Amino acid sequence: MPTFFLPIQIVFVLFILFAASRAILRFKDGEIHLGALIFWLIVWVGATLAVIFPDKTSQLAVFLGIGRGADVIVYLSLALLFYLVFRQNVLIENLETKISKLIREIALK
Amino acid sequence: MKTLAVILPAYNEAKIIGQVIKQLKQDIKNLKVNKKIIVVNDGSSDKTAAISKKCGALVLTHKINRGYGAALQTGIEYARRHDIDYAITFDSDGQHDSQDILKVLQALKKGSNIVVGSRFLNKENKIPFIRKIILKFANFVTFLFFGIWVSDTQSGFRGFNRQAIEKINLSTNNMEVSSEFYAEVKKNKLSFTEIPIKVRYTQYSLSKGQHNLNSFNVMLKLIYKLFR
Repeated sequence: MPTFFLPIQIVFVLFILFAASRAILRFKDGEIHLGALIFWLIVWVGATLAVIFPDKTSQLAVFLGIGRGADVIVYLSLALLFYLVFRQNVLIENLETKISKLIREIALK
Repeated sequence: MKTLAVILPAYNEAKIIGQVIKQLKQDIKNLKVNKKIIVVNDGSSDKTAAISKKCGALVLTHKINRGYGAALQTGIEYARRHDIDYAITFDSDGQHDSQDILKVLQALKKGSNIVVGSRFLNKENKIPFIRKIILKFANFVTFLFFGIWVSDTQSGFRGFNRQAIEKINLSTNNMEVSSEFYAEVKKNKLSFTEIPIKVRYTQYSLSKGQHNLNSFNVMLKLIYKLFR
């Protein structure tokens, strides 16, 4: 554990705590299911570790064959973002289909 | 006697739908089947529903606009629930010739589960160049995704026999439905025939039809569907 934190690390950790608390609250409200909560907690715990132990990301970078630790985080974040946007689109399509089914049932009554 | 339903998905077609229905009635009046003209009014904000009703069509109304695919499936669903023997889908913008319905019906009676009216099989059709390229591209995409080669995948003029009416289930809402349609054909092992049809491109029908730049969007939606 480092003996002191850079201001940016404190900002990041606070943001992560805020984001994690949102996930927990949404779970309590029943708006997201357990799987989603676990997914987001893993993401945020991972992010916290990367913020607190930036050196470890450099080791991961060396292991993966990427130049710097910060780059690993950027690449992983981008991949995750792309995946999430894609998932969102699929979910929206599913919703659209459900709305159509509803509208159809009303039309056929 | 068997029953034929002609299904017209329509969105804000008040300008032309009256004329289309009248011509349709005239052209199918001698067919030896019970006839029903069904307009699926897809949330139109104009007088599409009122005019269609006045012309004697049965109108099914989507309270909000859901897109061509959703309207098509509503028509098919109606046919399924009302024991319709043959269903033919027909564009409501006046680009199709209702005299071709006879040919589609004959092909259905010969035993095809599905009959597709193809604009490309009729050499007399003058299809605008850009539209031709887009349509060919759509054929290619359909082949890529579903492994079926059809000369005109995007044609809205299609006939279904009872077996097809029971099995086809479309879930995409917009123009991508034309490609999804072939996924259903393949999945349900339905037989299909293509017949040449006439098409009239007018300024009106071109402005109502699929926008050329929409093709990329259609492809993306098909990808989303694969991941559902």
